[in-house]
Amino acid sequence: MTINVRPARTAAEEAIAAALEASIATEAGQGRIAELRRAARDAFLSHGLPSRRVEEWKYTDLRAAIRDVPNRAPAPGTVEDLEAAPFVPAVPNAGRILFVNGVLSRAGSDFAALSEGVTALPLDTAIAAGDPLADRINALSPSRYDGPLALNTGFLGEGVALRVDAGVKAARPVHIAHAFPGSEAVSGFTRTVVVVGEGAEVTLVETFAGRDGVAYQSNHAVELVVGDGAVVNLVRIQEEGDAAFHFGTLMLELGREAKLNLFALAQGSALARYNVYGRFEGTSAHAGIRGATLARGRQHSDTTLVIDHAVAGGESRELFKTVLADDAHGVFQGKIVVRRAAQKTDGRMMSQSLLLSDRAEMDNKPELEIFADDVQCGHGATAGALDRSMLFYLRSRGLPEKEAEMLLIQAFLGEAVEYVENADLRDLLIERISGWLEKRAA
Amino acid sequence: MPAVQETVERVRAIDVDQYKYGFVTDIESEKAPKGLSEDTVRYISARKNEPEWMLEWRLDAYRRWLTMEEPTWARVSYPRIDFQDYYYYSAPKAAPKSIDEIDPEILKTYEKLGIPLRERDALLGIQREGGSKVAVDAVFDSVSVATTFKEELAKAGVIFMPISEAIREHPELVKKYLGSVVPVSDNFYATLNSAVFSDGSFVYVPKGVRCPMELSTYFRINERNTGQFERTLIIADEGAYVSYLEGCTAPQRDENQLHAAVVELVALKDAEIKYSTVQNWYPGDKDGKGGIYNFVTKRGDCRGDNSKISWTQVETGSAITWKYPSCILRGDNSQGEFYSIAISNGHQQVDSGTKMIHLGKNTSSRIISKGIAAGHSDNTYRGLVSAHRKATGARNFTNCDSLLIGDLCGAHTVPYMEAKNASAQFEHEATTSKISEDQLFYCLQRGLSQEEAVALIVNGFVRDVLQQLPMEFAVEAQKLIAVSLEGSVG
Repeated sequence: MTINVRPARTAAEEAIAAALEASIATEAGQGRIAELRRAARDAFLSHGLPSRRVEEWKYTDLRAAIRDVPNRAPAPGTVEDLEAAPFVPAVPNAGRILFVNGVLSRAGSDFAALSEGVTALPLDTAIAAGDPLADRINALSPSRYDGPLALNTGFLGEGVALRVDAGVKAARPVHIAHAFPGSEAVSGFTRTVVVVGEGAEVTLVETFAGRDGVAYQSNHAVELVVGDGAVVNLVRIQEEGDAAFHFGTLMLELGREAKLNLFALAQGSALARYNVYGRFEGTSAHAGIRGATLARGRQHSDTTLVIDHAVAGGESRELFKTVLADDAHGVFQGKIVVRRAAQKTDGRMMSQSLLLSDRAEMDNKPELEIFADDVQCGHGATAGALDRSMLFYLRSRGLPEKEAEMLLIQAFLGEAVEYVENADLRDLLIERISGWLEKRAA
Repeated sequence: MPAVQETVERVRAIDVDQYKYGFVTDIESEKAPKGLSEDTVRYISARKNEPEWMLEWRLDAYRRWLTMEEPTWARVSYPRIDFQDYYYYSAPKAAPKSIDEIDPEILKTYEKLGIPLRERDALLGIQREGGSKVAVDAVFDSVSVATTFKEELAKAGVIFMPISEAIREHPELVKKYLGSVVPVSDNFYATLNSAVFSDGSFVYVPKGVRCPMELSTYFRINERNTGQFERTLIIADEGAYVSYLEGCTAPQRDENQLHAAVVELVALKDAEIKYSTVQNWYPGDKDGKGGIYNFVTKRGDCRGDNSKISWTQVETGSAITWKYPSCILRGDNSQGEFYSIAISNGHQQVDSGTKMIHLGKNTSSRIISKGIAAGHSDNTYRGLVSAHRKATGARNFTNCDSLLIGDLCGAHTVPYMEAKNASAQFEHEATTSKISEDQLFYCLQRGLSQEEAVALIVNGFVRDVLQQLPMEFAVEAQKLIAVSLEGSVG
């Protein structure tokens, strides 16, 4: 009975449609990639930017938020690489792949210096060479239309393909750094494909940062295949500039007894959405998906997860902590799906939020969709202010109010950060969080 | 395994006559012409001798309904409803003047259902169960056939009558409150109801009065291809208290019957309303054929400070349930409660939950929902808790647990929590599990049969909610749960 009458396209949608056409015309080609781009364009033309009338975007209305779309940047030169430096946090002992303004910086990346058994290829090289990694592009894409992901696919081209050979325990983390140092607004779209072979182990770090006051749009998708028995630690630090829009997508597939340990810190950008699509393909896999969101001013930060248990014995743990100050708006949507075959699934999801101001808003939507009977699934969500009695206790011990507050917030976030196993990365996260708290206190 | 086979056979046998209220009462009835048009609306209004303003109100609703779209967001699927294929009004032909004139067939029906309409019998019957008195308003298809204990209630100043009478006798109250909680164009089904509602109950409890007995309405859909659109309006004036219970059944029919009710509750300053439902509409047969489509809008408005509204529901029937009894916590310190047991078996689909809208200061709400899915059914809890900017000190506690029996059913939880005030404290927890082997084994080795064991465990699972029901109905609900789950083990 419902007739989907699409309202007229907004100016931004018109601009995006035109840019998609232009990009497809110049990067024309045959084969799978060209087809993916065209399919994504067609999907965008029929669905457009998601509005709050689309259930998954109820709290993050892109149709209203996106007013225009800046152009994509040219390939970076030495100057840009140098400018990028302050926007690339130092990750101890890591091999680095650098994107500047959404474009791969070959000079700034250490393709040759990654750990043994870890291969990284620029995405265009992988496509041109017909590397099997290129066949993985968009293989994990969800069946439902996802606006930012459709744009990421429509503008497909920049990116990196990573392979960790079976049995390899990568000695050094791989740091994929995204920097937007320019003072001119640009759009950047990158795609990262990672295939981790059977029994391999690797640590990945993604960082995102850019210049404040520049309304750039940063859109990055990662497709991650964790092979049977493989272990992946993934740490994500999103500190985009305060006027930027950030869209992150993680598409994840877990093999038999595979293990993923993800931590996503989000504290930058004017508007951010991190979408995780996780799928348990092999039995007895484990996913720990955790994160912390800190927002102030008029920031809007959205984390949306869909964890799909397709086979038996999977275990998932989701824990997200949100701290909101001023007029900030936080969103957490998490959905655990347990299919018929996924007996003995054990899923736990928790979202906790701390509201530091009466003008802040937190919207929580934890969902369970369960079709198997022999499962243990639960979710919880809380929202509230700092506990007055705890504050009083600390102040009665002589701590100034701001400091007491900070200590409590750190403790609140610490419950999630402590799951990061790599001590260097845990320290890095704590340092970034402390930085945010000190800035706020100042 | 032969034991399993045996259970399966037994289940098959049970399934067919599981629904014991599925009989048809053979009486002559008078129906509006099939389909829906302005004429149908005028017909209903005329049949009810309604004043002009009521007809206008209905026509306005009908015109708005024409512009609306059927909602599709709920997690239920059913073939498209042809709204022209229903009768929107059906009444027993001979209109009764008093209880003695009621068609004996109808009386028999209610006797079979266990609803005593004659006050003497009622007294005897209820007193035997050792409880308080219950005043009953019975609605058969589209009209109210009898209201008991009217006089005794009138002594206390309580108005309890069919809403069609209230429109004529207390137009000032009806005008003031009808549509003030669920606006005419609130949603597709509420608008449809506003246009074609035929009967329902009206309750007004004056200032400071504690209603001397439980009030109750019994709904029954009898006629083929009919829709029942009842409208209930309950007002508790300052400091008043009322407890109200509704029950529902329908005959076993192959086609799907439509039920789209609207219930509005208004609690003024310091008032309290307790609303309990035992919903046992015909759920369809074992293949999912037939059954009631239950699309209900229930909402309570805690309009005054310190008011309280409490919803308790036991949902075991209907092919499709689409129902979200809600509380608008407008007054400062007001409280909302929602206790629910939703059981689905066979091919039933339930999408139910609540909304707690915190507007006033220091408002609190509590949600306890227990969903039990068996057979091929799908059972969804969907709820919203929101605290607005000015709802300082709002508190909510939500607990929704689901239990799955069998591996062909689904249990889903879709809660929304929107906090716009830092001092609001929301806690939500949900779990899904199956009956543990340990619990079952323990019961079996004490000599209980598999089905008795399941019923016992389920009763334990839903105990928090059952405790909220008035005593007599808690007993009935407990039995109902056992019946609903018959055939679910195996």
